[in-house]
Amino acid sequence: MFLVTMACANGLVALGLMLLLRAGLVSFGQALYFCLGAYAAGGIGRFFGVSDIFLQMLAGALTAGFFAFVLGFLLARYRGIFFGLLSLALSMILYGLLVKSQALGSTDGFNIQPSTLFGIRPGPEWVRYSVLASAAIVALGLALAVHRYLRTPLGQLGPAIKDNEIRVEYMGASARRAVHVKYVIAAVLAGVGGALAATTVGHIDPQMAFWTTSGEFIFITILAGIGSVVAPFAGALLYGIIHTTAYDLSPNTWQMSLGLSLLLIIVFLPEGLWSLVRKMRMQNARHS
Amino acid sequence: MPVILDAQGLNKSFGAVTAAKDVSAAIEKDAVVGLIGTNGAGKTTFINMITGYLKPDTGRIHFEGRDITALAPREITRLGICRSFQIPQLYSSLSVFDNMMIGVGIVLDNARLGGFFSRGRIWETRPVPGFGKPAEAVAEHLLARFGLSDYRNRNAQVLPGGVRKLLDIALTMVAKPRVLLLDEPTSGVSAEEKFGIMQMVLDAVRAEGATVLFVEHDMEVVSRFAQRVLAFYDGRIIADAPPAIALQDPEVKRHVVGRARA
Repeated sequence: MFLVTMACANGLVALGLMLLLRAGLVSFGQALYFCLGAYAAGGIGRFFGVSDIFLQMLAGALTAGFFAFVLGFLLARYRGIFFGLLSLALSMILYGLLVKSQALGSTDGFNIQPSTLFGIRPGPEWVRYSVLASAAIVALGLALAVHRYLRTPLGQLGPAIKDNEIRVEYMGASARRAVHVKYVIAAVLAGVGGALAATTVGHIDPQMAFWTTSGEFIFITILAGIGSVVAPFAGALLYGIIHTTAYDLSPNTWQMSLGLSLLLIIVFLPEGLWSLVRKMRMQNARHS
Repeated sequence: MPVILDAQGLNKSFGAVTAAKDVSAAIEKDAVVGLIGTNGAGKTTFINMITGYLKPDTGRIHFEGRDITALAPREITRLGICRSFQIPQLYSSLSVFDNMMIGVGIVLDNARLGGFFSRGRIWETRPVPGFGKPAEAVAEHLLARFGLSDYRNRNAQVLPGGVRKLLDIALTMVAKPRVLLLDEPTSGVSAEEKFGIMQMVLDAVRAEGATVLFVEHDMEVVSRFAQRVLAFYDGRIIADAPPAIALQDPEVKRHVVGRARA
């Protein structure tokens, strides 16, 4: 159950990365918004006594969205490696600030009280179910919203920007605005994911903003592929299973197993797991 | 005919190189104007200044009476001045049809008709401004107009050179331009195909109601299709007249026609 809930949380972050990747942008610092979302969720509990799971997610989304809106004015000007490294640098600034912040628990972070649901505090045995149900509902809703967004003119500009930004501009659209919007959406998704992860784990610390966390999200996105809004969640679940299994089997060398699986994906399925689904659909279409 | 595009006193330098020297031209509505000159004479700089890619150091450009000198390319496009490219600028990972749909989507989005909360199925059902048809019908209409319907589902990356040129121009027509600037529409096209392609392009473009400026090196194409010629040399316009007169101008013969034939 923990794995599935975390797959919803991580899948939301990967869904945002998918949006950026479709426009040819790789963010090496998406953990910035994951961590902001987690600290916003933890913060409203710690300082204002709010523990409703939906309010926590809303706080995560708004905080991440606000920071992405402001930072987006800078980041939307850059492409390629500059975009990636700038996003990485910003996430490491947050990491540095959190490590130095005594009020937020410094390197240890702090614990989060079990979530409530519309003012009701579920019994200890029900908390996990209520968090999972909330996570699933929100993940489904956001995935559908992103699916719809991808079919709007602004949403379908992703591959166009990746292919030919000059043409996009000369057809009357602002590539920078389109990237800015995608960046904010990706951050909001990561913020909700961070809030969900925080309440699922029950603890937050600055490690959530560390660059290796961003790396895990990129891992999930590459593993999943960018062909569908379902892919990031499937990828996140598979990542969770690989991670847990590798850790159980070999606690000292689990990273090697992860690396090996990524290597296999890149060599044999460069477009991610979702390309398997696409191939199967094409075969079915041919047979019928 | 009223003047639709008016460039006055344009100057542009890149360090020691002067790409435009006091370039002035008033283009009448519905005209077909050929821009000629050797490489580096200032034709593309002129197009780049009109479409906002380059800002002139001095001088002003007016479109339908409005000063557009300081506007960005996308703002100029939205006003109704579009351009094609010498090297076709396509969305190479997408199909021909999807290339067109990206363009139609941009037009609808700019008209605030393509948002997330559009009513109906989604934006594809909205009539596209200037065409009065839904997006897919506009894409099909323009593909047919440019003889591209057979390539509808082909990936843009694998198209033959002439087809890439046509798609590049068809993409500009999505925004229903009132002025269209074509940068060497027949370059890279075989000699036999040149006249056919140019005829098709001009028929299609004029049918959509656009004023045309085209850059061309082939003087036969210019004399057959242009109503007026602007001859560029060393950043200046050295002749501005109908082709029969401009191409006989001694200076044009010395600096442009002679070299083009050579």
